[in-house]
Amino acid sequence: MLRDITLGQYYQTESVVHKLDPRVKLGGTLLYIISLFLFENIWGYLVAGLFLALVVKLSKVPFRFMVRGMKTIVFLLLITVVFNLFLTPGEVLISFWKLKITKEGLWIAISMAIRLSMLIIGSSVMTLTTTPNNLTDGMEKMMSPLKVFKVPVHEVAMMMSIALRFIPILLEETDKIMKAQIARGADFESGNLLKRAKALVPLLVPLFISAFRRANDLAMAMEARCYRGGEGRTKMKPLVYKREDKLAYLVIAGYLVVKIAIGIVL
Amino acid sequence: MAIILDHISYIYEKDTPMEHRALDDICLTIPDGQFIGIIGHTGSGKSTLVQHLNGLMEASEGHVYYNGEDIYDKDYDMKKLRSNVGLVFQYPEHQLFEIDVFTDVCFGPKNLGLEKKEVELRAYEALKQVGLPDEYFYQSPFELSGGQKRRVAIAGVMAMKPKVLILDEPTAGLDPKGREEILDMIKRLQKETGLTVILVSHSMDDVAEYVDRIIVMNKGRVMYDDTPKEVFKNYKELEEVGLSAPQVTYIMHALKDKGLNVNTTATTIEEAAEEIWKKLG
Repeated sequence: MLRDITLGQYYQTESVVHKLDPRVKLGGTLLYIISLFLFENIWGYLVAGLFLALVVKLSKVPFRFMVRGMKTIVFLLLITVVFNLFLTPGEVLISFWKLKITKEGLWIAISMAIRLSMLIIGSSVMTLTTTPNNLTDGMEKMMSPLKVFKVPVHEVAMMMSIALRFIPILLEETDKIMKAQIARGADFESGNLLKRAKALVPLLVPLFISAFRRANDLAMAMEARCYRGGEGRTKMKPLVYKREDKLAYLVIAGYLVVKIAIGIVL
Repeated sequence: MAIILDHISYIYEKDTPMEHRALDDICLTIPDGQFIGIIGHTGSGKSTLVQHLNGLMEASEGHVYYNGEDIYDKDYDMKKLRSNVGLVFQYPEHQLFEIDVFTDVCFGPKNLGLEKKEVELRAYEALKQVGLPDEYFYQSPFELSGGQKRRVAIAGVMAMKPKVLILDEPTAGLDPKGREEILDMIKRLQKETGLTVILVSHSMDDVAEYVDRIIVMNKGRVMYDDTPKEVFKNYKELEEVGLSAPQVTYIMHALKDKGLNVNTTATTIEEAAEEIWKKLG
């Protein structure tokens, strides 16, 4: 039932992109997204598209998994395109009834669609090739300079990884309790809104209790192992830049230079 | 009047790299009034199998018949089926949610659309059947002990008056005393009401003493389906798939190897003791 919902969509395989340091992937994705919004011309998009295609190819993740991420934004994409298409003032291309499509509108609509799709695919590459734990590790390390300003970086990272860890557990639990209540004749699928909301009580009460119980157990287990926050804590596998990571930074820098140069020249 | 599984297969995550055949071409007949044990290692498909019996999971291939009717027919009344085939999940106490024990047990029969009086009568009967003392009826279910909570949860299913009762690892996480109490209670229920009982477990010792028939599952297939005595004859093969025969079987075989000519088919401690006394004269 709930098994179809996937969160944290890591795709297990061996590839250059999978092995990169999470910081490279985080930073690279961020830079890539910024680069998408820097200049507005066809050649720039072409370069960005080529770069993305190269990374996707290197990641060895089947393309249909990337597109899967697109499904969630189809609606947003449609609204953006439609609004830009019809509501941008300028030179009229086609007009019918009260609607008119302008040259400027058409261009903005197309370029927004390209940008958004590449943004989603670009960030999918990151989440598909990095385990959630690795990702939080990378974030923690990248944000560690903020400790100077008393930002609890480690604690935030720990909360994130625990939250991520609990998502599949709680989903499974929900599925189990739901089935158990259905076996007792509960009905989650029919009736009006009020009836359906009421039907959720037998699901939510046990779910909350179980979430609290698990949180309690986890806290106990962490304390039993003397967890006391980030201060002085070392890692079993500290993040260290390897040769490939440095090379990847160079490739990203190269891409940025080309993208910016095209933006300025053309 | 029986449940028939006709070439059932169930495939998890079909068409992905994680595709996995949890059930593979299962054919079974479950007649009325039998006490059946389903045994298998973790991941052998036993929990998946029992969820097919009341239509919670729909088979990827094959059909399930209850009393001669195909439960996958479009107009088949699933709610009726679920009241006839009661399923008690693993750790059923985690599904309790009401303010007191009695109200919680009422949940099942209330969902069947019965009258209030009938609902309460059934809840009372069910709580009596599982042997919960009266003084607990109006306590919060969360204040009870583990064993008591489990009784309440089983009562919650019994109150629907099922004809078939399936229990998935009903003794998981209980101490030996609690385990014996729950199993004795189930056996008593089965005798008193003529219920069909299906007990899922990974422990042969739990099951051997109580059931008439054992179904051994391995990798989504039925490996053995016979009386306990016949199944335990294959104790070496059982070990190979990570299961074991009851401890008694091992003792009897060890005695035989040492030269005492006992019959090795005893499945319970009482039978074994009798057999040994006989042979020792």
